[in-house]
Amino acid sequence: MLRFFCLVALFCFSGLAAAAIDTYEFSDDATRERFQSLAAELRCPKCQNQNIADSNSPIAKDLRVELHRMLEDGADDDQIVDFMVTRYGEFVLYRPRVSNQTYLLWYGPAALLLIGVVVVLVVSGKRKKVEPGKPKSGLSDTEKQRLDQLLKQEEDK
Amino acid sequence: MRRLIAILPLVLFVGLGLFLWNGIGKDSTTIPSPLIDKPMPDFRLTALLDEQRILTAADLKGRPALLNVWATWCPTCKQEHAQLNRIARDEGVTIYGVNYKDDRAKAQVWLDKYLNPYALNIFDPEGKLGLNLGVYGAPETFILDAQGVIRYKHVGAVDQRVWSQLRERMKQLEGN
Repeated sequence: MLRFFCLVALFCFSGLAAAAIDTYEFSDDATRERFQSLAAELRCPKCQNQNIADSNSPIAKDLRVELHRMLEDGADDDQIVDFMVTRYGEFVLYRPRVSNQTYLLWYGPAALLLIGVVVVLVVSGKRKKVEPGKPKSGLSDTEKQRLDQLLKQEEDK
Repeated sequence: MRRLIAILPLVLFVGLGLFLWNGIGKDSTTIPSPLIDKPMPDFRLTALLDEQRILTAADLKGRPALLNVWATWCPTCKQEHAQLNRIARDEGVTIYGVNYKDDRAKAQVWLDKYLNPYALNIFDPEGKLGLNLGVYGAPETFILDAQGVIRYKHVGAVDQRVWSQLRERMKQLEGN
């Protein structure tokens, strides 16, 4: 068990160690924090399962340089995101903006869940209706009469 | 009504199935370019073969053309180079080059050695034009129409199969 945890820890920290290392000068700590959060939010176009902060690919480095330049030039977050999206598409955002192209992505899972809940409610509702009161035999009146007759005949024998 | 409700799960299942099926086998490494149907981004860069000459987006107008982003450090660019030569020579297609994040001297030697299919070559050593074009890995090839508007983008080498697709699209542009 201990060995397992060591292995997990190793994987976690090896990720950190492999993260790209550049040196950027920031005018203040707030800008540094914005740089870090934006770099974590922007997806690398080349190596798609990494953000541009973690990726070592040349394009990720270029985008970090560009991000740093824009932050130091006083661009706000929306301007930076727009800059990236006009060049690389919604794709570069790990959290794409809500638009008619991303409705399915944003609301699809919730809609499926809703459908599931409705189905469960409807099905369980139907079951409940049957339970209270007398158990229904499922026989019509004439069938019941016939059954009674048959049972009587059996008793008479 | 009851029957309608009864087949609803089937309809939902089939719908979801088709939606997911649609995604299978799609190449997720190629990302669609948001620049399609937008004009070529502005730039002011020198020509690769003539340091004194300044090129701008206006130099790429006039006729439908291919814009090929290449570099000497890119192995796939070497692979597609013969095909580009053939397209330019045999089919008379105008190909512009963007020499992307490269070394001028090396690029010039390369063109001497492997022949030059490019009508013009834009020297983009810092990759600024490449960034504005949304390039994320060379080679990438764009189709420009006569007004210099980007109409299509292909990521990866231009081989015979890709070229026949590109040629179709270029023909459509000339038809309009």
